[in-house]
Amino acid sequence: MSRLKLFIPVFVFLALAVLLWRGLYLDPRTLPSVLIDKPLPDFELRTVENASLITKADLPDEPFLLNVWGSYCLPCLQENPILMAAKEAGVLPIVGVNYKDKLNLARLWMDDNGSPFDFSVVDEDGRLGINLGVYGAPETFVVDGNGVIRYKHIGVIDYKAWEQEILPAIAAVKAEATL
Amino acid sequence: MRPLVLTSRTLQMVMLALWLTLGAGVTGSLSHRAEAAIDAFEFESDEQERRFRQMSNDFRCPIYLMIMDGKTDYEIEQFMLERYGDFIFYRPRLMTETLLLWFGPLAFLLLGGWIIAGIIRRARPQVQEKVVLNEEEQERLRTLLDGVKRE
Amino acid sequence: MVPELGQFALILSFCLCVLLGTLPLVGAGTGNQLWISLARPLTAGVFVFLSLCLLILGYSFVTDDFSVAFVAQHSNTLLPLQYKITAVWGGHEGSFLFWTWMLAGWMLAVSIFSKTMPDDFVARVLGIMGLIGAGYTLFMIATSNPFDRVLPLSPADGADLNSALQDFGFIIHPPSLYMGYVGFSVVFAFAIAALLSGRLDSAWARWSRPWANAAWAILTIGIALGSWWAYYELGWGGWWAWDPVENPPMINWLLGTALIHSLAVTEKRGVFKSWTVLLAIMAFAASLLGTFITRSGLLTSVHAFASDPTRGVYILGFLGFVIGGSLLLFALRAPLMKSEFGFEAVSREVFLLANNIILVVASAAILLGTLYPMVYQAVSGGELISVGPPYFNMIFVPLMGILVLFMVIGSISRWKKTSVAYLKKQLMIVAVASVALGLVLPLALTMEFHYGASIATALGLWIVLGIVQDIRIKIANKGSVLVGLRSLATSYIGMQIAHFGFAVILLGAALTSIYSIEKSVLLSPGERVELGRYVFQFDGTEHLSGPNFEAERATFQVFREGEFQRELHPEKRVYVASMSPSTEMAIDAGFTRDLFITLGEERESGAWSMSIYIKPLVRWVWLGAILMSLGGIVAVLDKRYRRLKVRTLQKAEADKSGKPAGDDYQPVSG
Repeated sequence: MSRLKLFIPVFVFLALAVLLWRGLYLDPRTLPSVLIDKPLPDFELRTVENASLITKADLPDEPFLLNVWGSYCLPCLQENPILMAAKEAGVLPIVGVNYKDKLNLARLWMDDNGSPFDFSVVDEDGRLGINLGVYGAPETFVVDGNGVIRYKHIGVIDYKAWEQEILPAIAAVKAEATL
Repeated sequence: MRPLVLTSRTLQMVMLALWLTLGAGVTGSLSHRAEAAIDAFEFESDEQERRFRQMSNDFRCPIYLMIMDGKTDYEIEQFMLERYGDFIFYRPRLMTETLLLWFGPLAFLLLGGWIIAGIIRRARPQVQEKVVLNEEEQERLRTLLDGVKRE
Repeated sequence: MVPELGQFALILSFCLCVLLGTLPLVGAGTGNQLWISLARPLTAGVFVFLSLCLLILGYSFVTDDFSVAFVAQHSNTLLPLQYKITAVWGGHEGSFLFWTWMLAGWMLAVSIFSKTMPDDFVARVLGIMGLIGAGYTLFMIATSNPFDRVLPLSPADGADLNSALQDFGFIIHPPSLYMGYVGFSVVFAFAIAALLSGRLDSAWARWSRPWANAAWAILTIGIALGSWWAYYELGWGGWWAWDPVENPPMINWLLGTALIHSLAVTEKRGVFKSWTVLLAIMAFAASLLGTFITRSGLLTSVHAFASDPTRGVYILGFLGFVIGGSLLLFALRAPLMKSEFGFEAVSREVFLLANNIILVVASAAILLGTLYPMVYQAVSGGELISVGPPYFNMIFVPLMGILVLFMVIGSISRWKKTSVAYLKKQLMIVAVASVALGLVLPLALTMEFHYGASIATALGLWIVLGIVQDIRIKIANKGSVLVGLRSLATSYIGMQIAHFGFAVILLGAALTSIYSIEKSVLLSPGERVELGRYVFQFDGTEHLSGPNFEAERATFQVFREGEFQRELHPEKRVYVASMSPSTEMAIDAGFTRDLFITLGEERESGAWSMSIYIKPLVRWVWLGAILMSLGGIVAVLDKRYRRLKVRTLQKAEADKSGKPAGDDYQPVSG
């Protein structure tokens, strides 16, 4: 009996080793989004383009992308071509949230680089961003036809992210809609 | 200029939020980072540092506003929790999933105490039976003792 | 060409380690004197070739050889010379080489300072360390070669050393930390050698103690230096963050502390032998675990190296083999823990046992907290939580409080049996004085009652007054105080110095956490701000050019109660090569308090955001650590470990006559 007790450390260690081994294959850097499957927060903001007042009701009735961006944000510039291409191809509507930016700078940026957005709302104090759980621009949400957040991508969208994460997410949401 | 004084709790949350930005969107490897500055927020690019500073303000602002507004710590935490999840708290909330975490150490301690008690119980020096020497042994003992005394 | 020599030396080191890890071990098992005698020369060879590797890597840095990938990643032509040298450990590959070299250093030390131990035992010890070295060198050759080249297109200049590392702290923290960390492989090797040879007695404990104490003392310094360095690099006034990479050395330290106490009991009383062996294995496991966590990408931390599952898998495999194998050996070979006998419920043995339990529980708790987020993520399918300082402090602090209570009682207790009445008599006055002063002192100094400060003060005084009382008892019948003090054993003095150091840390850590104050403000040049008893006046900034950076240097005048004290000059730097920004804090260090200022950002108006801190007693944290370490070193110097001449003679005689030596009977003292 005593001799068996001496084996306890080996077993505890083995359990620990298995745990650590599994842990190696987890990605420690996926950041969570608690807002998945929750509706978009309410808001009342003006657009960048023509200062018209927009609320949640004015958002598209079909699945769309909500893209948080700013003129100061370098990665936003980097993902602009992808979003533009998506707009050209008519994949789905894209709505922008101009986050913690200056209106004139935002307009300049859109003139210089082209805008993939149907429209962008001005979130100068960042309140909408906070309510969306935004860490910072760029972040992109896939929202379904009922205004519910279904997917969140943090950081720049490169081709890999677009193909492997965002497109499938969009497809999944669209497929549901037809059921 | 009114100084902005932060409570340690909110500062902790801000710290965590700031640290998060390093995780968010960092795609390159961390090979430049060495086993060095603990928590020194070092960046690989100007862009990262700018975002860090941006976020410092972004989070301080609503938290500051809420504090000035008279919201309790609990209410502020709930606000952040709804939007960012448990990850944002340095102190894990007490829930079924964290019971092991919070009560584990206590359990270890009790186990340790139980082990000590067991060891003590068995370690008591045995009550020695009186050793009875026979005649011969007593003689030898006396000789030995005498020898020692003389030295 | 030269880096290739380094490559070659590395491979040779591996080969020598393999030889060392096999021949002497087999020889010790079969009695092959020739193979046994190979241990020391092979050890010397390993050390020589690893030193060569290190020198060659250093040479590559100093000569700006950017064809070596590691140099290109971590250096730059503008980098000051001292940092070119320390850049050797500025990244994963180089620091691992350095780590391995430390192992070789300890091996060499063992081979030199082991003349009084039986040769077969030494052969086993060195052989085991050789096996560990083989694992490390193989890891480098396979996954992390510091001599890899970037050819044919070598960069013209390097990426520069991370700006946070271009600092004095980086010159001394990693070397001392590694030296301590790796040092536990020695007592581990002793433990395995004991299991292999079946020779597990108080002689073994006596041989192991100096090595354990030395490693422990150095690790203490290594961790303390890390904390000190973080403090002045951080900018948040923090000196311990319970970061996932800081925690493993702490676990190692706690287990190491348990080990040195357990070894004391085993040496003096012959009990707890198996437990001590287990602790030695666990302490070493903690150091391997630390390597694993830092280098495998398992946990996110700003501290960690590049995440690369290959490396992680290798280290884990190594960990599994070495520790799993050792624990299996332990299960098979450790003397059955027959009821340890010979002591009462109230005895020194029991209090030391309590010490061990508490330290092990603390280690387990820290490990739990460190790994929990990962476990949670795995089990919950991706959800994340964080476990941070609030958790660790809440668990660790009370445990340390309990430890301190037992510490003093334990020091005064006698072996085997101590009467409670005796303890009461000696300690009652200490207890009363501690509590009274604990209540009064903080109140008197700050005009405010704070229960945490009182508890901390009381506990700190409990230790200090307890030491005074214990010394008093010991020298009570020695005539004069001086004679009495001189009669104290060196190891006893070491113990009391270390315990005193612990009290200093306790007081420093608790009181600085409670009484530190800070302010974040926006100041324009000419403006002042008040904090505590001080006034800080901002006099603006000026531009400054450094060897490899550009900076804005601010000037502050510090006044205390109207009187000018000194100037402080925090800086904001941008390192030219990497364009990375960095903040240099300005610190006014003092025995009773630190003042420090860290700059934030300049606004268009010319005003700067900044943070100002006053941290009472923070230096005590590191001073206490230095004292603890000193105590450990002093204990190592005790004469009984150095009775070389006598023992060497005895051994020589024994060798001649063919009788076994080394297990000479030492009368139990104290």
